[in-house]
Amino acid sequence: MKAEKLDYPTEPRRHYLNADYGVMSWLFTVDHKRIALLYLGTITVMFFIGGAAAVLFRLELATPQGDVVISETYNKLFSAHGIIMVFFFLIPSIPATLGNFLVPMMIGARDLAFPRLNLLSWYLLVIGAVFALGAVLAGGVDTGWTFYTPYSSVYSNTFVVVTIIGVFLAGFSSILTGLNFIVTIHTMRAPGLTWFRLPLFIWAHYATSMINLLGTPVVAITLGLVVLEGVFGLGIFNPTLGGDPVLFQHLFWFYSHPAVYIMVLPSMGVVSEVITCFSRKRIFSYRFVAFSSIAIAVLGFLVWGHHMFVSGQSLYASMIFSLLSMFVAIPSAVKVFNWTATLYGGSISYATPLLYGLGFIGLFTVGGLTGVLIASLGVNVHVHDTYFIVAHFHYIMVGGALMGYLGGLHYWWPKISGRIYPEGWAKFAALIIFVGFNLTFFPQFILGYLGMPRRYHVYPEEFQVLNVMSSAGASILGIGYIIPMIYLVWSMRYGKPAGANPWGSTGLEWQTPSPPPTYNFEKTPIITREVYDYRKQESHG
Amino acid sequence: MISIKGYLAVFVALLALTALTTGVAFIDLGGIGNVAVALTIAVIKAVLVTLYFMHLRYSSRLTMVFAAAGIFWLGIMIALTLSDYLSRDWVSRVEAVVN
Amino acid sequence: MAEVPRAVAHHFDDFAQQHEASTLGMWAFLVTEIMFFGGMFLGYLIYRGSYPGAFAEASNHMDIILGTINTAVLIASSLTVVLSVHAAHEDKQKALLIFLALTVFLGLVFLGIKFTEYAHKFDEQLFPGMNFRYDGENPRHAAIFFSFYFAMTGLHALHMVIGIGIFLVLMVSAWRGRYSKHYFTPVEMSGLYWHFVDVVWIFLFPLFYLLGRHS
Repeated sequence: MKAEKLDYPTEPRRHYLNADYGVMSWLFTVDHKRIALLYLGTITVMFFIGGAAAVLFRLELATPQGDVVISETYNKLFSAHGIIMVFFFLIPSIPATLGNFLVPMMIGARDLAFPRLNLLSWYLLVIGAVFALGAVLAGGVDTGWTFYTPYSSVYSNTFVVVTIIGVFLAGFSSILTGLNFIVTIHTMRAPGLTWFRLPLFIWAHYATSMINLLGTPVVAITLGLVVLEGVFGLGIFNPTLGGDPVLFQHLFWFYSHPAVYIMVLPSMGVVSEVITCFSRKRIFSYRFVAFSSIAIAVLGFLVWGHHMFVSGQSLYASMIFSLLSMFVAIPSAVKVFNWTATLYGGSISYATPLLYGLGFIGLFTVGGLTGVLIASLGVNVHVHDTYFIVAHFHYIMVGGALMGYLGGLHYWWPKISGRIYPEGWAKFAALIIFVGFNLTFFPQFILGYLGMPRRYHVYPEEFQVLNVMSSAGASILGIGYIIPMIYLVWSMRYGKPAGANPWGSTGLEWQTPSPPPTYNFEKTPIITREVYDYRKQESHG
Repeated sequence: MISIKGYLAVFVALLALTALTTGVAFIDLGGIGNVAVALTIAVIKAVLVTLYFMHLRYSSRLTMVFAAAGIFWLGIMIALTLSDYLSRDWVSRVEAVVN
Repeated sequence: MAEVPRAVAHHFDDFAQQHEASTLGMWAFLVTEIMFFGGMFLGYLIYRGSYPGAFAEASNHMDIILGTINTAVLIASSLTVVLSVHAAHEDKQKALLIFLALTVFLGLVFLGIKFTEYAHKFDEQLFPGMNFRYDGENPRHAAIFFSFYFAMTGLHALHMVIGIGIFLVLMVSAWRGRYSKHYFTPVEMSGLYWHFVDVVWIFLFPLFYLLGRHS
């Protein structure tokens, strides 16, 4: 009797999800895949809390008057939104979830170099979140996520110290994750896996980890000094005591500019994976894309002064920073060109991950080009602290990074959960998100250019129409984010079981069962093929 | 691994340099002289500790790259920040000349 | 001759890979520490450039004798650290324990001297924000000097405390016979950390103690 080869499991198999049961087996796990899921839960919760703050202030901004909250509360809402979204969602997002899950698997390793450090990273994020949320519940901070001095260190009567402790812990968490990735990628690649056979997802995470290691400690010590100044009345950033508030800004932005590349580089790694898989083609000019990640990481450290053009920074330093900021756009453009060239002539299937990837390319390009605009000194003086800036960074963070995250989540969902998500609902949600996103943020470019300042809860009447459009878009966007929450959770129980490689991808992580066993590979694989080897795969039928 | 004699030699050198830097501090070397000497001695001591006590001299090239990257990045932070502070005067001086 | 089994964690292929990972990991961590302390060094640099006179004058309030002694103490502790690593490498268990203990002892001496200095500063009312009273030309600028002094040496002292804790743990493990010439990676890595903390002090010392002595 001829047995038909089924590509889904027919009997219960031990894998990382059922290897051990009970809360303790999760809270004390050292399996990178379980830790990735712990992170997934944590950052999802933080995302919706940060999003709730946005719902409230977009509600306020639907009318020109301050009729929903008072200005102090409004300040606390946008501060909470920024702090939570930046430090507790975007910075960890892809690295801590998809990175943790996939980096060892993509290089043929059994785990990261330091599994217990990985678990500690998660605990640090959680404890940091407890501090930050505790501060929010107690009344929050009204300093903005940027904590400019001397307001944050001397004059604000809000819970700055508690919040900073939370941010500090989250930062330490990301430092340890970056350290783990860098050491793992250097020392634990499978035999035959040379640097130029690595998936671009790995290059992206390597570059991200460089930034985590080199930048985060600076913001950590800076915020620490803010706390010391507040608690002991030191005069480090306080001008009335001889201190310099611009020094705070230098130290703060030295990290916070590269931080935006922490937020977007991993997404770019996802896009490279998704574009190649769904156009069934090798990436166009692999080395340029790989090196562009490193270039972004390095150049990203040289441009922070572009946040300070109107702060009193010297004109000559501003000119240098402006010029360097133009340069940092180049490697990003290289990626966009190469992705486009990869798609060209490819055999394209419009699965949800690719839709998010295409969305990334379009929206990131808009965000990136507006960044070049703002890097110009003349334009910057006009649009600084207006909604133009807000729109610019949301196009990159939400239109770019978050879309990449969702695309990656969908792409690797079968591997992570062993289930297929419902494609129809997924496409629908992607469309809602795309429409909602543009409706929310495109009007903000116009608002900013027309002069509406950011961080104000009241505004002149003539800006109301655009603000209403933006708030309407935000509601649609919110619904768009809730839909995947529902069907992804649903699929964990009721989704069709996934095979090892439902997308037919060439990646090493797809050579394991879905979900993978705890130790990933029965035997350490030996790599002989180049990466994204789609043509050869086709010819073997 | 370095011999005990080697370690002791480095130790003696470090102590000598410490005595030197403290002693020289009392001599006026004019303008930037004292700072330059003190920092040079500090750098030499740091290099001795790093190369010999921390074995960087005998470590893999990758380790050396890591160490160098740390110093280099600190340098970037200092240099670009200083570019602001040191050039703030220039605008007013240009204005003074022009006017 | 049978191979002595080395302690290798499950996710590593062999001891060499584990050792390489540990070494790179510790150096990567030290790089983060360079940037961590570096932020404050930058701040110090900016203010020293802005207020050179006040800084030099304030630095004369430091106890140069205690500072120099402390520098020598830390350098000696770095020597005991390398000697402990050397002892482990030579499988000399007793020497290992002795040098680890000496390191802890010297670390405690350093901290003792440091806190004595802090107590003096407090008595002299040179602790910014608490009871600061300064008789020099520019008290506000001098206060910035002292702010950086306490912040930077305080952070350094915190790192010393952590280092002493680590070395105490090493002592317990060594006493239990955990280390041999086949495996002493934790001793090595902790040594790297200790040396780094020493290097930080090598820079802190001239910047705070030796500034204004020549005038």
